[in-house]
Amino acid sequence: MKNHPIRGGVHPRYWKELASGQPIAAFPLPARLSLPLQQHVGAAAIPLVEPGQRVRKGERIALAPGAMSAPLHAPTSGVVHAIEEITAAHASGLPQLAIVIDSDGLDEWAELPAPLADPFAAPPEEIVRRVAEAGIVGQGGAVFPTAVKLGMGKQYRLDTLLLNGAECEPYITSDDRVMREHAAEVIDGARIMAHALGVAKIIIAIKKNKPEAIAIMREAARAFAGIEVVGVKIQYPIGYAQYLTQAVTGRETPAGRRNAEVGVVVQNVATALAVQRAVRHGVPLISRVVTVTGTAVSRAGNFEVPIGTPVAELIAHCGGYRARPRFLVNGGPMMGFQLPDENVPVVKGCVGIVALAEEETARQPEQACIRCGTCMDVCPIGLPPVEMAQLIRKDRLDDAARLGVGDCIACGSCAWACPSHIPLVQYFNHANGALWTADRQQRKNERLRQLAEARSARLEAARQERLAAQAARKARAAAPRQEISE
Amino acid sequence: MKTTLQSGPFAHADHRVDRTMLTVLLALLPATLFNLWLFGLPAILLFACTLGAALGFEALWLAATGRDARAGLADGSAAITGWLLALSLPPWAPWWLGVLGAFIAIVIAKHAYGGLGQNLFNPAMVARVALLVSFPVIMTAWVAPQPLFTERAASVAQSFAVLGQGVPDTMVSATPLGHVKTELSRALPASQSAADAPALPDLLLGRRAGSMGETSVLLILAGGLFLLWRRVITWHIPVALLGSLFAAAQLASLADPARYTDGLFHLLTGASFLGAFFIATDYVTSPMSPRGKLIYGAGCGFLTWAIRSYAGYPEGMAFAVLLMNALTPIIDQYTRPRVFGRQRNGEPLPLRPF
Ligand code: SF4
Ligand code: SF4
Repeated sequence: MKNHPIRGGVHPRYWKELASGQPIAAFPLPARLSLPLQQHVGAAAIPLVEPGQRVRKGERIALAPGAMSAPLHAPTSGVVHAIEEITAAHASGLPQLAIVIDSDGLDEWAELPAPLADPFAAPPEEIVRRVAEAGIVGQGGAVFPTAVKLGMGKQYRLDTLLLNGAECEPYITSDDRVMREHAAEVIDGARIMAHALGVAKIIIAIKKNKPEAIAIMREAARAFAGIEVVGVKIQYPIGYAQYLTQAVTGRETPAGRRNAEVGVVVQNVATALAVQRAVRHGVPLISRVVTVTGTAVSRAGNFEVPIGTPVAELIAHCGGYRARPRFLVNGGPMMGFQLPDENVPVVKGCVGIVALAEEETARQPEQACIRCGTCMDVCPIGLPPVEMAQLIRKDRLDDAARLGVGDCIACGSCAWACPSHIPLVQYFNHANGALWTADRQQRKNERLRQLAEARSARLEAARQERLAAQAARKARAAAPRQEISE
Repeated sequence: MKTTLQSGPFAHADHRVDRTMLTVLLALLPATLFNLWLFGLPAILLFACTLGAALGFEALWLAATGRDARAGLADGSAAITGWLLALSLPPWAPWWLGVLGAFIAIVIAKHAYGGLGQNLFNPAMVARVALLVSFPVIMTAWVAPQPLFTERAASVAQSFAVLGQGVPDTMVSATPLGHVKTELSRALPASQSAADAPALPDLLLGRRAGSMGETSVLLILAGGLFLLWRRVITWHIPVALLGSLFAAAQLASLADPARYTDGLFHLLTGASFLGAFFIATDYVTSPMSPRGKLIYGAGCGFLTWAIRSYAGYPEGMAFAVLLMNALTPIIDQYTRPRVFGRQRNGEPLPLRPF
């Protein structure tokens, strides 16, 4: 299948060779695990356990307050140490509430939901329910509740499940290893998801820099009709869901619309694996494959890591640092975020931990913009980063919004390519944060105004009522006099 | 490892402004060396004066405004400005012309606008035009090739005399474009006077009178191709510029050969190639999108032809570039790419059935 052209993009050095040869290894059970209540898009989970309570592996320890949320499960057996604020793996670096569990080393399983022997005979709602119960969220890093996406077959007319194996970020190899080592389960998971969505066609898109994964997945898919494995161009950020959809199907998702509205639901390959485990074996999302890499780390590798494991233990397990890391990044270097320190835990959306040595980052001091237009050429969205940044620097956020800063996907292509090393993404994040706050403030003001209006209307009504009552009283007061006078 | 968190990306391309600028200088080198050889020691001295003055003014300005002069010079932009200015001067002009030009380019056209990246007009071309308007005679006093290491080469004494006084009157020569213009004013048809120009091989190689760096079409083209290969520039501006210049000249000449010289003549004489590859492509003062570059390049080419054909000056490249520089912000505004998922007018795409 030929790729459709997509706009812009860059060709960073991929550094996949550091870890791509390392098979997924089991990770030793950590002594203490911290599970932030918010590891997903949507509302934070609500704890079901108390400090001191014993929990078993796979037991639900926090529930989802609504569909746009995800429950949490104990990654191993042990005792709840506390529910407290920790520094979590989040772009903000702000503290978050987490359930902290001390492992008892027994790794004793709780009773799991009974396996679904034939998921294809089950109604789609049953699959969606099990996926929701298992706490599965987008494993590619987007952490959108998977069950919500799988329920979209009800809302929209769909025809394709697009399985994302592009693994676009440099360094990260977790999806590559998952496809190479768990091809059959991934395909089974994809078929289960397709069944839930009610679509007949599955396209598995893999970037051409992973020839082994492409070959293995092709082989594993051969037995089934309606599955196509497609090699996609080595072009960052082709793994971005809307792009992948365009590159593979030629459909361009309109701004402000869901991908599902063009008939395509995109799921990550690791999500397919998690779904397969949940549906076939009743195992909730309590671990994931994480790549530990970067030239600053002694031995790069891929590990099946319990959710909640401290990053420090990952680094220690990989032999510590070989060079002082300039940045410790959660996720890939293009769209990942810097970790404040090593004490943060691995969360559900963590594809990898990258310890970057100074030379790898190629950071240079910022210089004046020379209007070379490179940023515009490479922007996959077609935005003018240089002009937006200029406006933001002058604090003209509304003008920047008119140029489309709200459409920026923070892919980092512009900043990566800028010869003047201007931190363009930083400007856009700042602007979008401020615009969002302003928008919220405006909506709050609007609500306050409405409340105030309602209040004055109420007061007015009350005043009218009082006046009417007064008038009536007067009338009554007058009336007896009349009576008396009569 | 307690640090303030930075936003990504945490990797960066190996692109740097100073390397880009260095590549441009490298690309200019063959044509420059050839012309310095062709016009000899006076040209070398003037080139050194102009380039040195540009660097000097840049350093002085940066120091005077409390910035790090060394870091400022390292970006290479002042060197390019000085270099291009020198290449656009008559090779045997007096030293003060280069120094004055460098002052105009660096201090007035660049820093008065706010420094690198802020200037609306190409600094080297602002300086060239200012000099041309102020000193029309000196700025059009050309000299025939006097190559080094030949019997025509200027002696050291003569070279310093030229550096002080400019071209001796007896040696003033005309460029092919200038020659046609003069002859036209004496009612001699362009078709005839154009035939007086050097033969094609000499034009390609650059053995003719002209500005210090404009004559060698082949070497400039080689430099331009090098820039294309290194992705410092894209094809849009050079192709649009040369294409529209050629087309306009060719059409006019077909209509009235006595009045207009043909397309090839326009391409091979004057500063067409130097302008197309090295001057009009200046990042700061040209549009950024491919479509914008095409419009801008075509505009430069057409205006160059129009000025050469109708205005009082035989060469129009510098004027054309400045005029199009003025339009760059507007071109940029109207040639922004279409945003993903949106129509050109910014509205979301309609949902199409699939
Ligand atoms: S890439 Fe950097 S230097 Fe070039 S136009 Fe964009 S912001 Fe300016
Ligand atoms: S970060 Fe935003 S502006 Fe920059 S290239 Fe990506 S989408 Fe475009």
